[in-house]
Amino acid sequence: MENVNFLYDLLGKNVISVLLIVSLPLMFVLVYALIAILAELKVSAWIQERLGPMRTGPWGILQPIAEVVKLIQKEDITPDRSSKLLYNLAPFIIFTGAYAAFAVIPFSEYFVPAGINLGLFYIFAVGSISAIGIVMGGWASNNKYSLMGAMRSVAQLISYEIPAAMAVLSIVVLASTMNMQEINKIQSGWFWNWFIFGGPGTLAKLWVIPFTLGLGLIYFISSLAETNRVPFDIPEGESELVAGFHTEYSGMKFAMFFFAEYANMFVVAAVLTTIFLGGWNSPFGDFMQGPFWGVFWFVSKAFTVVLVQIWIRWTLPRFRVDQLMYIGWKVLLPLSFICFMAVSLYVMLK
Amino acid sequence: MISEFGIILLYFILGFVFVGIALVAAYYIRPSHPNPIKNSTYECGEIPIGEPWVRFNVRFYVIALIFLLFDVEVVFLLPWAIVFKGLGWFAFIEMIIFVVILLAGFAYVWGKGDLDWERPRPYIAKLEDLVIGKKKQ
Repeated sequence: MENVNFLYDLLGKNVISVLLIVSLPLMFVLVYALIAILAELKVSAWIQERLGPMRTGPWGILQPIAEVVKLIQKEDITPDRSSKLLYNLAPFIIFTGAYAAFAVIPFSEYFVPAGINLGLFYIFAVGSISAIGIVMGGWASNNKYSLMGAMRSVAQLISYEIPAAMAVLSIVVLASTMNMQEINKIQSGWFWNWFIFGGPGTLAKLWVIPFTLGLGLIYFISSLAETNRVPFDIPEGESELVAGFHTEYSGMKFAMFFFAEYANMFVVAAVLTTIFLGGWNSPFGDFMQGPFWGVFWFVSKAFTVVLVQIWIRWTLPRFRVDQLMYIGWKVLLPLSFICFMAVSLYVMLK
Repeated sequence: MISEFGIILLYFILGFVFVGIALVAAYYIRPSHPNPIKNSTYECGEIPIGEPWVRFNVRFYVIALIFLLFDVEVVFLLPWAIVFKGLGWFAFIEMIIFVVILLAGFAYVWGKGDLDWERPRPYIAKLEDLVIGKKKQ
């Protein structure tokens, strides 16, 4: 396998470089989560014509740090009737599942932690771990709200995994590889080479563009549902289920659920960026193209997607359960199959 | 020295270790004054009624079964998706037949109504309901 990691070139393949490779994304997740929490507070405030947090530090930028400090100091309550082992294990499983996905995310041409050929497949496999954690936490809490929230959450996760998987599959058909780095390399050049615009090709690709645009939309909607974000936040609908599967969790364990949610948001945004929006490629051909610009483009594209997720959260109302199932099974699933057929026909004719 | 999958294993380990460190750090900082009321199951302040581990709707089970079929199908399609261009029209048409058979099953489930979840049909009160002496429905 070719060397895809600048740290190996810089430090050689030794313990230090491996440790750096493993821990750099963790630092990134921590910083990103703080920024995302602040963004969520501020964007929600602007949408509702408020100022948002203003007291903590200049312009309220220290608010997320204050929240972390608060959560560390909070008492951790384990209900007497809960199933202790599973109750305490659930935050581990959920956060590990979210963090493990970062192992294959290509941040730049010269930085992908583990450049395996099964990248996209791996992301899907790891993404399903969070469902286990949710059911574990919800069931072990021994609380009606938690159990109901967990059941709904898993039903929603598995319903929307299929349209998302079909969207990813269509991109695998177009790219003929599951290696995330290879997928990025195929999309190099101007922005019309991105897979959301049908990938590189002649003018004959014009008829497939509506289908790839549709696939991008299908993946985005499904990813909202998979991260339990509004408008698909039935599992934790505050007005019905208090907090859903993490009703009983408090203190640092709750913070881990929170972290995992934000990490998952970034993972789906990163996958969307990688397979549809060209990953670390510059939109303008060779302009601003390079290893360090790659990080810039990748992170800014992914952050834009995260920002859209936040924007949607504060704009749309929540779906009902029957509407949720209707959209997942009867709208997105047939549409994703149609798009998949069209894309594979396009590849056959090419 | 370490393979790409070894790095992935390290990711899992680091995820676990990070949560462990965070929880242990919080354990030494946070207060801990448990009492029976605090440790009871949360039910909006009321004393919990009945068992929480109740029977749940059978629809969840049906959804899980259908999901399993589609997930296995996606796993079948992934290797095909990488190589099918080299295999030509034969592999393409064969996979189309496979997908059509799967979709026939999906249409059956759809027709049976297993994908329909109950819609709430709220009764919207009319003015006449408030008139004394008039029976509601």
